[in-house]
Order: sequence, then structure tokens, then C-alpha cells
Amino acid sequence: MTLEITRRTALAVGGSALVAGSAAAQIQTQPATPPNLPVERGASLRMLRPVRFVQPDEEVWRANCQRFAQQHGIEVRVDFVGWEDITQQTAVTANTGAGPDIIVGFDGAPHLFSTKIHDLTDVATYLGTKYGGWRPLAQAYGKKGDQWIGLPMGASGGPLIWRTSALKEAGFDTPPDDHAGFLRMCQALKRINKPAGFALGNAVGDGNAFANWLVWSHGGYLVDEQGAVAINSPATIKALEYLRELYPTFVPGTLAWGDISNNRAYSAGECFVTQNGVSLYFSMKNDPAMRALAEDTQMTPMPKGMIDAAPNAGLTLNAMVFRHSRAPNAAKALLQFLMEADQYDPWLRANIGYWSQPLNAYAASAVWDSDPKISVFRDTMNNNFWNGYKGPITEGSVAATADYVMVQMCASVASGVATARPAAAEAERRARRYFRSR
Amino acid sequence: MSATTAPVWTKVRQQPGALTRLFDWKPFLIFICLLPAVGLLMTFLTYPLGLGIWLAFTDQTIGRPGVWIGLENFVWLAEDPIFWGAVFYSVFYTAVATIGKFALGLWLALLLNQHLPMKSLLRAIILLPWIVPTVLSAIAFWWIYDPQFSIISYVLIEMGLRETPVDFINSAWPARWSLIVANIWRGIPFVAISLLAGLQTISPSLYEAALLDGASPWQRFRHITFPMLMPILAIVMTFSIIFTFTDFQLVYAITRGGPVNSTHLLATLAFQRGIPGGQLGEGAAIAVSMIPFLVFATLFSYFALARRKWQQGESND
Repeated sequence: MTLEITRRTALAVGGSALVAGSAAAQIQTQPATPPNLPVERGASLRMLRPVRFVQPDEEVWRANCQRFAQQHGIEVRVDFVGWEDITQQTAVTANTGAGPDIIVGFDGAPHLFSTKIHDLTDVATYLGTKYGGWRPLAQAYGKKGDQWIGLPMGASGGPLIWRTSALKEAGFDTPPDDHAGFLRMCQALKRINKPAGFALGNAVGDGNAFANWLVWSHGGYLVDEQGAVAINSPATIKALEYLRELYPTFVPGTLAWGDISNNRAYSAGECFVTQNGVSLYFSMKNDPAMRALAEDTQMTPMPKGMIDAAPNAGLTLNAMVFRHSRAPNAAKALLQFLMEADQYDPWLRANIGYWSQPLNAYAASAVWDSDPKISVFRDTMNNNFWNGYKGPITEGSVAATADYVMVQMCASVASGVATARPAAAEAERRARRYFRSR
Repeated sequence: MSATTAPVWTKVRQQPGALTRLFDWKPFLIFICLLPAVGLLMTFLTYPLGLGIWLAFTDQTIGRPGVWIGLENFVWLAEDPIFWGAVFYSVFYTAVATIGKFALGLWLALLLNQHLPMKSLLRAIILLPWIVPTVLSAIAFWWIYDPQFSIISYVLIEMGLRETPVDFINSAWPARWSLIVANIWRGIPFVAISLLAGLQTISPSLYEAALLDGASPWQRFRHITFPMLMPILAIVMTFSIIFTFTDFQLVYAITRGGPVNSTHLLATLAFQRGIPGGQLGEGAAIAVSMIPFLVFATLFSYFALARRKWQQGESND
């Protein structure tokens, strides 16, 4: 998919230029000096990005890149690839030293290839100063020590999504914020045959999100600050014992659930409380037959449990510039350009809430007032937890997430295959392997 | 007549050029003629296989090249209950599914060998499960086994036979059996059609002779059909065992190895560890560990099932 100017993109360029005035007014900025990045003459940039959630995401993104290309008289080509493929393509690009100049990967990807990519501290410092600072999740994924190696561009969170009517019938106005209350709510829902359900199968997104919430909200973590495996802890065992009580309240079948299963079950009225991204809400809102269900739906953060805020590591877009690029200045300047209010705010609005901003100033974006129900996603990146919390992001944390170490620990306890202690010990054994040093 | 010296005509044999001589030299000619085939085999068979085996002895991950670590991957796997679970299920899956496929497939072949109306059409329909791309039938089974939206659960609940959906893939043993059923469904046509081909090569005169001698249907099957079918049975079984043991798509599309790793086959575990998990070396080690099983299965089929003694009666060695 090369960049071509079609009537549509031309319209989008016009559109984003039109709204630029209002965006600049709404987004508060502080004075900051942009880094000196002389764009290389005749440069030609290639960028790789995960595919869109919604059509306007791609249109506005392409239009923004096109404007940058026109301003500097260079070429910019954007390719969109499937979510499952981006990690492998990044690895190949990094190892062969050939391919795209910029890859917008997921989460901790820049940490795996930190020797193959350019330092982005200058751009990140400038953007941070200008737009009110970077949010905690952006700092966790973007920084290695004091150095910025990735440029986070947005995150997609997974809050609790629930049916107002079902909760009311069970005697709750809102989901309780503590573990005991949440368990009581799920038990009450089970009694009125309107059960909750959380994925415990091999589901990359939903399974990991729930398992991470369960362990983190009890104060447990996979590895400590130094990166030593610390999953086999009293906090984890407490979390698993809690799950043993919680699991019987779920709708049957959650051990076999993939990423799509809870969307289907919730939409079909088989499950009344689950954890999911904003896509579930929009799929119902945009379907006339499901409008009533969308109206009955609310989204709030997961219970915070024993910590001070609900832990949820949103899926984060994280851009990196490769050293093999012949035009590193142009690449960095393009990323900076995309994060400026004139480009970023229209893009944020085009995404209607699917992606949430990494920079504080964009919390004022009009997108968050477009539908009161999506306001829970406004603060997705105000979160102190990341995949592989609370160690440094390494190959190990990425692999442990991809291999469902935490999910399967929880699933084995829920299914009764193992009790809490052996399950935590097994997770420790597997995690040790991934975090072994070479 | 003057004596003139008759022109001496000698057959001048052109000394062949060096190139011609080279091509006339048999060993070289053989080498040259084999080169394209050998090149293709080396590039597309030996190299990937060799690379896979080499990777199994390294700690390569997606993202960085590996170093030689000897048997470390295998030592780790030997202590890994998930790996042994996958070995167990691969063997169990292959054994049960193969028995099921051959029992039902042979039965189907015998039925199809009868004179039936619209025989050709029936045979074509029988092949359908085999023709449909595996991923499509796997997705169909995924829906059939869905914890919430299974058609079987729906029918049973509507008929008042059950109150809750059937647990097909939500716990270990039901999931294992469900996958085996799906694999048998998919594999029957291959076995049935291959055995049907074998059945049709058996000369009718043998059956006529047996009938004259007053043989019962069972005796005809036991002493004519079965021995005559043995050679093709051995080949088909070898292929079937290999296909089943290396199955990937059904399991990956329906359960992804879950719940809690109870339905991982060696192929799905190798993929899970190697590609999403990024541990290429370990994934390769799991894949390499399939080789002994496959070699054993192949040797068993060839040397045991294809023995003349088995085919043609006890005394004929």
C-alpha cells in the first residue's frame, strides 16, 4: 500500500487543515524550542504501522504524512500491516538492517532493538515540554533509563464494561472498587443468571489484560525492579485464591475464550460484565439492532483492589527510527510533525476514542467530549503498569506475555488443574527461562 | 595409364575439443545432469531442514542471532511438563484418530464398493471434508464447539435434553476428544477413497471362488479383502500417521493448545514457543523432537505392515 493522493485523502487534508485552527485553540501549549532537524534533501521515507481500527484513522494518518512530504519536497510511503505481523517484521528489519525507516510497533518493541534505533530524546523532550509532559505509560514504554528510544503515539485501554440494568437488578449502581465487593457483585449477578465473564484462554489481548489486573491489583508482579522473577509471591497466591472464588461466578466457557469471545458473548446477552477495549461499545453503538444494548452499557476502570489506581497496561503504539535510515533527521522530523497539535488532534478525533494520547495537553481534545461513555479512555496512559511490570522491558517480558505465562497460571487455578501455590511455582519456572541472562 | 599416386584418403578423425571430451566423460555427464535436481533439493529441502536442526542447538530468538548452546534446549524440554503433555497428546491424538479414521474409513470404503445408485456422485460427496481447506473446517468446528454459541448445545437445550451448553473445549479431556473427532471427520475421506481404490483392484474371481466354497461374508473379508488390501493399507496408514502427528491447523484454530496447554500438539507448541514466544531455538528443538516419532511410525508401517507374511498368510515368507 503506497501513499497515493486520492480524492478522499485530498478531502482529509483539507478537513484537517480546516480544523487545525480550533485544535490549536483547544490544546494548551507551552513555549518550547524544537530540535534542529534539517531534513535531508531528496529523502525518501518508508514507515510501517499496524492496521487501523477505523477507516478515518488511516485517511488522516496518510494525509498528515502527505502534508509533511509536500512541505519538505520529499517522499513518504506508509504501509499498514496486520497486528500479528508487526513484531516479526520489526525483528527482521532490525536484524537485516534494511527495510522501513520508521516502524510504529507495539508496547516495549523499541527496548528489544535499542542498539538498532536512534535516540529520540531531543524530539521527546521538546514535545513533552510543549504539550504538558508525557504520561506514565508513555514514559514506561518510551524511555530506557533517561533516554527516549521510542516515541509513544497512543494507547488503547481495557476497562470494565458492564450492563447498567443487570447491575441494578443485582443491587449495585456501580461496580465496587475493592476485591471483596467485586466478588459479591459477581456472585449476585450469577444468582440472577446474568453472569460476568473474563477471558482465561490463550487470548493475547483480553487474557493478558485480565491476568495482569488480577495479579497487579493484589500487589503481585512478574519481575522485580532488577528484572529478577518474582511471580511466586504471597501477593500472587492471594490473587489466585481470590480467582478460585471468583471463577465459579463466570459464564461457562471462559477457559476456552479467545480475544473475540467476550465481545460475542456480551453482544448476545450471555455475559453482562467483562473487560474489553472500546471496540465492543462501538460495534454495538453503530448497529441499529444493538442500540439499546449500547445505551445500557457503561465503562469504568477495573476495580483498583489493593492499590491506588486500577492497573491496566494499554496496548501502546510506539514509534522507532532505525539507524539504517539514510534520512534520520527527516524521520525524526516526521514523527515530531505527526505529534504536533495540527496533525495529532485531528487524528485523535478521527479515532473516536480507540487511541488515547500520551501527552497531557491532548486530554483537552474534543474527542473526549464526543460521547460521555468513552471518557474512561481519556486517561488510559495515566497508568503506572506495563507488560513485564515492574522490571525493565526485555525480550523476556515480551516473550512471557506472548507465551501466556500469567494467563495460564490463572487458568490452571480457575480450572482446578492446580492450586495456587503450584501454579505460582510453575509460572516462576517458566518465567525464569524467559528472563534467563545470556 | 600413368602411374599416378592415388590420393591417399585417410579418414581424418577430428580430434574432439576439450569440452566435447569433458562431456563425453561419463562421471562428469552424470554430475552435470544431476546438478539441477540436487540444487533444488539442497535449496528447498536440505537447507531448511539443516537450518532447523542447527537452530535447535542454539538460543536464537526473534530479534537476535543465537549462539551454540548444545543440548540446553533439550535438557530444558526434558524437564518441561508442558512439552511432555504435548508429547503425550500428540501420540494419543495420532493413535486414537488413526484407529478411528481407519475403522470408519474402511467401513465407508466397503459400503461404497457395493453397487449403489448414483455411486460416482456419492463418492464425490464423500471427498468433501478432505477438499475443504482445513482452516475453513477448523473454523466451522470452532463454532460447533463454542462454549456459548454451539449449534449442538442449542439443539440439545431447545429439545429440553440439557439445561446448560455442552462443555466441548472448556476443560482438558472434553477438548482433547473434541479435537480428535474433528480430525477423524476430516481424515475419513482420504482413507475411504484410498482404500476404495485398493478394493477395486481385488479380482472378483477370488470372491466367486470363495462363494462356491461356501465362505461366509466375514470369512471373505478376513481371508480375501483384508490381506489383499494390506499393501495399500500400509502406505495409507503411513501417510495418515504423518499427517495426523504433524497436524497444526485444527488445534491452533479451535483451542490454540488450551485450556491450560492440555491440547498442545508438538507442532502447535513448537509454533507457540518459536514464533509468538520468539524463542526460535526452543521452537526448533520441539520440532526436531518430532523426527524420531515420525521415523518410527514410517519404519513401523513399512516393515511391519508390509511384511509378506501378514499379507499372504502365515506360511508364505
